[in-house]
Amino acid sequence: MLTVADLGIVREVKFDGDQPTVVITPTYSGCPAMNEIEQNILQKLKAEGVENAKVKTVLHPAWTTDWMTEEGKRKLKEYGIAPPEGSSADKSVLFGKPKQVQCPHCGSKNTQMVSQFGSTACKALHKCLDCQEPFDYFKCI
Amino acid sequence: MEYTLRLGDNALILGQRLAEWCGHGPILEQDIALSNIALDHLGQARMLMNYAAKQKEDGSTEDDIAFKRDIFDYHNLLLVERENGDWGKTVMRQFLFDTYNYFFYTQLLKSKDAKLRDIAHKAIKEITYHAQWSAEWVIRLGDGTEESHQRVQDSLNDLWEYTGEMFTMDAVDEKMVAEGIGVDLNPIKDLWYEKVAEILDMATLQQPEDGWMQSGGKQGEHSEYLGYVLAEMQHLPRMYPEASW
Ligand SMILES: [Zn+2]
Repeated sequence: MLTVADLGIVREVKFDGDQPTVVITPTYSGCPAMNEIEQNILQKLKAEGVENAKVKTVLHPAWTTDWMTEEGKRKLKEYGIAPPEGSSADKSVLFGKPKQVQCPHCGSKNTQMVSQFGSTACKALHKCLDCQEPFDYFKCI
Repeated sequence: MEYTLRLGDNALILGQRLAEWCGHGPILEQDIALSNIALDHLGQARMLMNYAAKQKEDGSTEDDIAFKRDIFDYHNLLLVERENGDWGKTVMRQFLFDTYNYFFYTQLLKSKDAKLRDIAHKAIKEITYHAQWSAEWVIRLGDGTEESHQRVQDSLNDLWEYTGEMFTMDAVDEKMVAEGIGVDLNPIKDLWYEKVAEILDMATLQQPEDGWMQSGGKQGEHSEYLGYVLAEMQHLPRMYPEASW
């Protein structure tokens, strides 16, 4: 299972005495999953017997795909989502050439971006020109 | 706080406008694209309104800021409340604003206000994608068919008089710049004109002459359009104040 730690959404866990604070950061500012993630973290901790945990959301430093673990990228790929490639420093404003993204189904690099904006804010829609399958690509930011 | 609200209101009203397209886009991929962009704007609006609510120091929440203010208390630019029109007009409005927003937030990264700086770091990544998307569409439509060229040129001519307000400094802007918090709009103007000219040229579109420019949005003087936007957005929370998801 892909975890919020794999994605780099969980930044750290701090302790004030025996009270843990889980620090999380959103991938995109409008990410609708943030409340869900917060609730799930609290529920999970409660199930493990931690009743007094807190969750804190921070904006800075801003989340980047660089924080995604290798393990996380592998799991994404198994799930059929192409993981972010290379570093996030894609500053070619207005007219960046889209990167060559590898198809998570057949491994081909002969792919094409269909749309910069995919099924969720964090993904772009691509298609494979070899196996013809469409797939999501986790955008670098 | 007014400065934060101005930024928040731009994001909120444009996000709300774009959300009107949800389910009505010309093709599925672009419907999704626009919904994503709308979501980014709404996310930015939430961060800014949350901050504005804290600055008020009276227990207000971000929802109070969004849903309990009337039209005269809104500080967004007139450009973002303009009607969606056809696809070309929405794209053109987005392009004119995104390009401004990109240069603006790039400067806001250096703000002395830590919270605004953090928000800018978050937002600039999203805005960069938006600016790319809308510029590409302007070129596609401008350099497309005769019909798409004409429509997007008409939209550009219509919207041009709303661009001047983006660069007009008033007392609030001056004060924020002096304190190292806000963004000096004069250099932004030069950068904007340069980039817009470059893209319009690629799109084979004619840049309109600078004539008389509309203003007043930042100070709370709005067109009738904003009333309709707010009516739709605020209807539910005002009718059913206790409603929640
Ligand atoms: Zn493939």
